[in-house]
Amino acid sequence: MNTAILDDVPVPLLKRLSWQDWLYSLILVIGAVFAYVQYGNYMDVYEKSFLFGAAAVFSWLGWQWKPLRMLVIGVGAISLFAISLYDADLGRANQAFLLKYLISSQSAVMWMNVLFVLAMLIYWFAMFTRSEFAGKFASSMTWAAVLMGLVGLMVRWYESYLIAPEVGHIPISNLYEVFILFCLITALLYLYYEQRYNTRQLGGFVLLVVSAAVGFILWYTFDRQAHEIQPLVPALQSYWMKIHVPANFVGYGAFSLAAMVALAYLLAERGILATKLPALDTLDDVMYKAIAVGFAFFTIATILGAMWAAEAWGGYWSWDPKETWALIVWLNYAAWLHLRMVKGLRGPILAWWSLVGLLVTTFAFLGVNMFLSGLHSYGAL
Amino acid sequence: MKPAITTSKQFYELLSSMRFAVSLLTVIGIASIIGTVLKQNEPYANYIIQFGQFWFDFFEMLGLYDVYHSAWFLLILLFLVISTSLCIYRNSPLMLSELRTYRETATEKSLRAFSHKHAYQSVHSFDDTCQNLQQFLTLRGFRFKTVRHADGGELIAAKAGSYQRLGYIFTHAAIVIICVGGLLDGNVPFKVQELLGYKKVETLDIPESEVPAVSRLSIANLSFRANMTLPEGTSSDVAFQRMRDGYLVQELPFRIELKDFRIEHYATGQPKSFESDLLIIDPELKEPLAHTISVNHPLIYKGVAIYQSDFQDGGTKLKLNVWGLFSTQSKPLEVDGTIFKKAKLGEGDDALTLEFNDFRMFNILNLTGDGKGKPQNVGPNVTFKVRDTQGQAKEYVNYMQPLLLSGRPYFVSGMRETQQEDFRYLRIPADEDFTIDGFMRLRTTLFDESQHAEIARRFAKVAFGERSSGDLTQQKFEASVVQLLDAFAKGGYTRVADMIEKSVPEAEREKAAQTYLKIVNGAAFEAYNLSRERSGKQAESPNEENQQFLQESLNAISDLYFYGAPFYLQLTQYEHREASGLQLTKSPGKNLVYSGSVLLVLGIFAMIYIRERRIWLLVKPQTNEVLFAMSANRKNRDLDVEYERYKAQLDKVLRTR
Repeated sequence: MNTAILDDVPVPLLKRLSWQDWLYSLILVIGAVFAYVQYGNYMDVYEKSFLFGAAAVFSWLGWQWKPLRMLVIGVGAISLFAISLYDADLGRANQAFLLKYLISSQSAVMWMNVLFVLAMLIYWFAMFTRSEFAGKFASSMTWAAVLMGLVGLMVRWYESYLIAPEVGHIPISNLYEVFILFCLITALLYLYYEQRYNTRQLGGFVLLVVSAAVGFILWYTFDRQAHEIQPLVPALQSYWMKIHVPANFVGYGAFSLAAMVALAYLLAERGILATKLPALDTLDDVMYKAIAVGFAFFTIATILGAMWAAEAWGGYWSWDPKETWALIVWLNYAAWLHLRMVKGLRGPILAWWSLVGLLVTTFAFLGVNMFLSGLHSYGAL
Repeated sequence: MKPAITTSKQFYELLSSMRFAVSLLTVIGIASIIGTVLKQNEPYANYIIQFGQFWFDFFEMLGLYDVYHSAWFLLILLFLVISTSLCIYRNSPLMLSELRTYRETATEKSLRAFSHKHAYQSVHSFDDTCQNLQQFLTLRGFRFKTVRHADGGELIAAKAGSYQRLGYIFTHAAIVIICVGGLLDGNVPFKVQELLGYKKVETLDIPESEVPAVSRLSIANLSFRANMTLPEGTSSDVAFQRMRDGYLVQELPFRIELKDFRIEHYATGQPKSFESDLLIIDPELKEPLAHTISVNHPLIYKGVAIYQSDFQDGGTKLKLNVWGLFSTQSKPLEVDGTIFKKAKLGEGDDALTLEFNDFRMFNILNLTGDGKGKPQNVGPNVTFKVRDTQGQAKEYVNYMQPLLLSGRPYFVSGMRETQQEDFRYLRIPADEDFTIDGFMRLRTTLFDESQHAEIARRFAKVAFGERSSGDLTQQKFEASVVQLLDAFAKGGYTRVADMIEKSVPEAEREKAAQTYLKIVNGAAFEAYNLSRERSGKQAESPNEENQQFLQESLNAISDLYFYGAPFYLQLTQYEHREASGLQLTKSPGKNLVYSGSVLLVLGIFAMIYIRERRIWLLVKPQTNEVLFAMSANRKNRDLDVEYERYKAQLDKVLRTR
């Protein structure tokens, strides 16, 4: 047989895995089993399936995208270390040196904020000076920001149980918490595409929207004391929150990413920064991929939301303002995808459209909470 | 010659075109915005106030108060269903044949016209070349069909990722299924019956049993979303559907009884859970079914889902003290009341009706001055209206326990004349035993004109001190104190100010006012002690504590003239009875909607993540030339990348021995 035929033949996923991959998954499974043995009594059947489902999903994601493995292990290790420093006393957050200045949830989130803004500045610097070193440094800063943000959320989760066991809940329940989630997911999606397309020039653009979210978090923290952990209202006490909210933010994050790439596209198309940015068809492709991922997850999130609504509000669809705006966002990107996939439309029109899409998405995410009232008013400003 | 295109054909083309579908998506998006900006399904009175009669009628005609159920909105949705269905009808055969076909009829000429094509010279024999190429394709996940051409050449037509085409069918079928499911659960059947005159919305506030059949929906009704308010210990077998400016009665195939309703709270006072203990009474059941529902945990019985939706008072029984604010009666009148019921005070033209509207056992308020402290539970309050014989009413909210404001306890009562206003609060200081009695004692004594002489006498004695001899100056002083007390008793500080304005020249008013205030305060202190003595308490000498109490009491007395009611209602006891708000829904379309949703997700993933690619490899006889052509139904970067990879790999395969 001609051996050249075998060159570069696609290998099934399981055969491609290295011992590091298996070790990584083993750690995740051990973690899940430990949590199950320790806290299984307090979980319902859905939460148990989410626990093991999370181990499976993060295994798979880590196998597909290797850097994620280090992130997951790092977040786990640092969070566990932080938790051990608490010694079951919330007051330690302001006493223990490491907690106070580094890894209490508040401090970790602040570090995330600082690192994101720094990373953005370095990305821009790297683009203008074409410095590869600065670009790599900016990527590392972004990774570090994501690490700190995730540690912040994990520790916050634990802190909520320290307030009182009945208060404890996953930290994706109000506007402050989901803004952190938004920053993290957007940055992670960007990092994925950065590696996939081997391009760092877009970092400055994508981190613009992340930095805007950071600005909001800072204002919200200092002006409104939004960082204080509040107990859950009865309507939010459901396992659905654990899947509905993250799915939604993969959508929001991907749409924001696409809009920022669209911005870069429009600039490059007009000759601004054109020599410094990736080729137009690469930009176009990233934009399409991001919207496709966003659309898939946004669809899932909306469906999960409908199923939750059927359990909490008495109907899967109530034309509540948040629901309606979710539909508008969905219709918007459905139209975008039709034009691109069926009509084969490319270029500036779709770029403009996805920029406008960001406005629509932002209104659905924030504007509805600010200006319209309805059932979905947990994230009221 | 082109065949003539008929109008119906044109119409069909338009409806099934993608241009039309995308336009529809946009139109639905924009139309949906209306309902998020304009609050839906409010009582009609609110809209009239907001827009005025003219615009109210206009907007009503457009159905803007319930946009998503208006005929025109449903019509757009119908168009979406039709357009999508036609799109499926029109494109599915093509999609399915694309799914099956290998396009093995491609000719050399057409392959050479591809944008992604390359020609090689194979070093292998014809048969080896064919075999190698087939292996190459199989290893990369392509399925293929071979065709031997007349000239002896072989065409290998291969494809991968054909199931992408299923994605198209799945997503579009899903939209239709979801819309049909949604339509089943909507109120279209009712709208049709209403249009035909079989059903009518009831707009009068009459007892449920008197609602005529034309406004009742039987248990055969396929789908509904209705509400029921059950006070504890009662039961019902009907629910109400609010519709436009009225309602419909929905009959249920069983009876629901509320045994108990509970609210649990977190340590911070925020509500933690709402639960109702229900009893389902159904002749088909051997014994009633007991079940507890809570938010996020509904009960589904006979296809009807029963949700914990809200709660309200269920007719709490109250015991109240009525303190006449301007009488000299030192004891209050005791009155019983029930929430949602009325009570009458007084006779004839002065009669006042008390309408008890709400009782709340927990009130989480933030009473810290800067609003930055922790909110806390301040205990029960009762909301009521006081209506006079002319029908004029003022609304009040009274807290049972004294509230701590800036560290001092007050009995607080809010008053407002219209619903739009904020409450204005009367603050009555609590005495050293945290009761209202101290204030009421003082007030009675100050308002009792027969006591004024005695107060004046005592005050004069203190004021003149050792010089006190009962001479003319002192008598004059006493007389002016009495005069001042009379004025204060008739209208508080305002009346005293009027008196100054009338009798003192302008230049001396300020000085006089200070003197008068001092006298009122001094005399009031004597009244304070007098009132204490009369109720068997020790007289006190002035200290910071009682001076402050006195000052606040005098302020409160002055405010009584603006309170709008001649009495203060003090809640003394209550027997709490709550009502649970249930929502009852029947939605047979739910499963359809959910299956459609699953189909939608599968379809989207198939469309996005399965990539359909086709490869043609034409091996020519004799020369062993190989022509490679590749295409995808979506031309994008992925195709370019994959093409380049295969091109290089094929080069290696065909040139290495």
